[in-house]
Amino acid sequence: MSTEINTYTVSIYTENNIGLLNRISAIFQRRHINIESINTSVSEIENVSKWTIVVNISEEQIKKIIGQIEKQVEVIKAFYHRDDETIYQESCLFKLKSNLLFDERQIQNIIKESNARIVTVNKEFFVIEKSGRKEEVELLYRELSPFGIMQFTRSGRIAVTKEEMKITQMLQQAFQH
Amino acid sequence: MNTETLNKEEKSAKITERMSGSEAVIKCLLAEGVDILYGYPGGAIMPVYDELFKYRDKIHHVLTRHEQGATHAAQGYARISGKVGVAMATSGPGATNLITGIADAQIDSTPIVCITGQVASHLLGSDAFQETDIVGISTPVTKWNHQITKASEIPSVLAKAFYIAKSGRPGPVLIDITKDAQFEQFDFSYEKCKGVRSYNPVPKTDIDDVKAAAQLINAAKKPLIVWGQGVILSEAENELKEVIEKAGVPAAWTILGASAIPTAHPLNVGMVGMHGNYAPNMLTNECDVLIAIGMRFDDRVTGNLNSYAKQAKIIHFEIDPSEVDKNVKTDLAVLGDAKESLKQLLPLLIANSHPEWHQKFKDLYAIEYEKVIKHDIHPTKEGLTMGEVLKEINIQTKGNAAIVSDVGQHQMIACRYAEFTTTKSNITSGGLGTMGFALPAAIGAKMSAPERDVVAIIGDGGYQMTIQELGTIFQQKVPVKIVVLNNEFLGMVRQWQQLFFDKRYASTEMTNPDFVAIAKGYYIDAKKVTQRNELKDAVAEMMACEGPYFLEVRVEKEDNVFPMIPSGASVSDIRLE
Repeated sequence: MSTEINTYTVSIYTENNIGLLNRISAIFQRRHINIESINTSVSEIENVSKWTIVVNISEEQIKKIIGQIEKQVEVIKAFYHRDDETIYQESCLFKLKSNLLFDERQIQNIIKESNARIVTVNKEFFVIEKSGRKEEVELLYRELSPFGIMQFTRSGRIAVTKEEMKITQMLQQAFQH
Repeated sequence: MNTETLNKEEKSAKITERMSGSEAVIKCLLAEGVDILYGYPGGAIMPVYDELFKYRDKIHHVLTRHEQGATHAAQGYARISGKVGVAMATSGPGATNLITGIADAQIDSTPIVCITGQVASHLLGSDAFQETDIVGISTPVTKWNHQITKASEIPSVLAKAFYIAKSGRPGPVLIDITKDAQFEQFDFSYEKCKGVRSYNPVPKTDIDDVKAAAQLINAAKKPLIVWGQGVILSEAENELKEVIEKAGVPAAWTILGASAIPTAHPLNVGMVGMHGNYAPNMLTNECDVLIAIGMRFDDRVTGNLNSYAKQAKIIHFEIDPSEVDKNVKTDLAVLGDAKESLKQLLPLLIANSHPEWHQKFKDLYAIEYEKVIKHDIHPTKEGLTMGEVLKEINIQTKGNAAIVSDVGQHQMIACRYAEFTTTKSNITSGGLGTMGFALPAAIGAKMSAPERDVVAIIGDGGYQMTIQELGTIFQQKVPVKIVVLNNEFLGMVRQWQQLFFDKRYASTEMTNPDFVAIAKGYYIDAKKVTQRNELKDAVAEMMACEGPYFLEVRVEKEDNVFPMIPSGASVSDIRLE
């Protein structure tokens, strides 16, 4: 099995219970693996949470980790995918001084060309939101840096897979036994 | 909780009774068939203890002398009976003291439920007196854990706790209950847990995998079975016996698999691993098909993975999918419960006997006997050996005793030389290697199976880690037999220092107290043996004693345990001296 390091997106369907974050993150921590990003939210199924975790490790490692994650009582199913097997996005927010919007004409062009949008504007600052791939977010960051970024934050990756997950069927089967 | 599989009719038909959360805890324990639990009271669990007092004719609470002892006693109770052991403690230090036993139960797949008291819910996170985040602390070492803050959660969560602890690959569950939830009045009703939707404890055995396994075994010229505790946990002892007898396959065991097949069975070829027998270790690297059943290829079993059974096709019968290919890459995995898989396998096997292959095991055993075993159990030198003590216990108990061992040299000797006739008779701390395990575990084992002889074999180091449990033995009048093999050293560490650290005996020599006086201080009959000619009578006196008995045997100070696979070496590099 490949020991080459790759970026993997881990998708986990779980019950929505307190403490599960600790349990899942401990699986990575115990093996000295850094989590690049983590996101949890509701999923397409009622009362089922969906986790998206990004790690850079080997396929051999990720397979074993998926086994350990699935072993947790409150985990319904876990998957791992390479980047080409998922559709993924990140989101970010930039806070900048409001005067730049009027003094620096390029800023409006940068916003327009990067497909970002202005979320709010007030006397002191304005906020730009941009969704996309990490590289697009990084490009926008580089373009805005010279003007002075007051605050910046980027979300974890969220992803949907090209293949079908079949979680609903799985849960129906679980109820039958 | 959305995990109950009850339908609406069942729910409305349930009879409810108004009571406090703490009384509900006792009612749940009774509903799960708990008759004994081990624990230690304290502020945050006092309401439950108050109820235990009221129900003391129905449920026996054993006050251990330390919470660690409570978990090990619960483990001993579970290991000898297959039932779920229960331990209880208060919040803060009471709860943290449980952790070693919980970690031990996790790595050795022992079903226990631990119940801890917690500060009132409005105080959570305030650094209140004896508050600790036990759910956070226990997460990595529990199969499941949960904090209850409302009395109404108690029945469903405790039902789930017992179900999860026992089902599939067993393990420890911790339930933390805030003090206000213990006091709160609610309408109680109880339903046993029948399933959790996100949890599939036993993967279904695929008959095609079983057929493929049968094909490999039938075609094998030099097959070898290595079984582990999975066989005991799924109560597949008879199925395993039928399989090895029909296919004529020599079968070896891991430390936790010991006793599943009687030691004297002609196809039982001994223990694998670091201090296991010569033949099964050497021939692991010669077999053509290695059939692993309910074992997890621990590093103490495999030695260096790069030279472990590389020539063999490996079949892994396993209940836990995450164990497949975790350490050793298998050619064929048969998922499912061992009992079920072996049942399906048996009719597909062709009767065989492999006489030449068996002869190899006999030849290597003869070498081990000459070089090691003879000197261990029939010593001619002056000092007493641990092996001859085990031999004497075997003779006098006719192999019917449950042997509870601690961790170290005496443990390896106990597992190597104890002669078992009955399953669930080898109770020891395998994966975690917890010194101090044996004395409290023996208490739990004896209380769980009072009809059986329970002999704890302990080193002088481990004994002093939980020696306070003599108080429990005395108070509860638990007739366990305690044998301390005293070499005045932390023997296994000393052995490594001798072999790998040029005899620099850093902090391994022990100046010991008068162990006999200590036992007598707890009113336990006690004796010390220093001469070979005293041993037989002393063991006889111990076994004849109706109450608990303590026997100290002064053994040779610097004996080593052989064979030995040095750390990082291959199984076939096993050393006999």
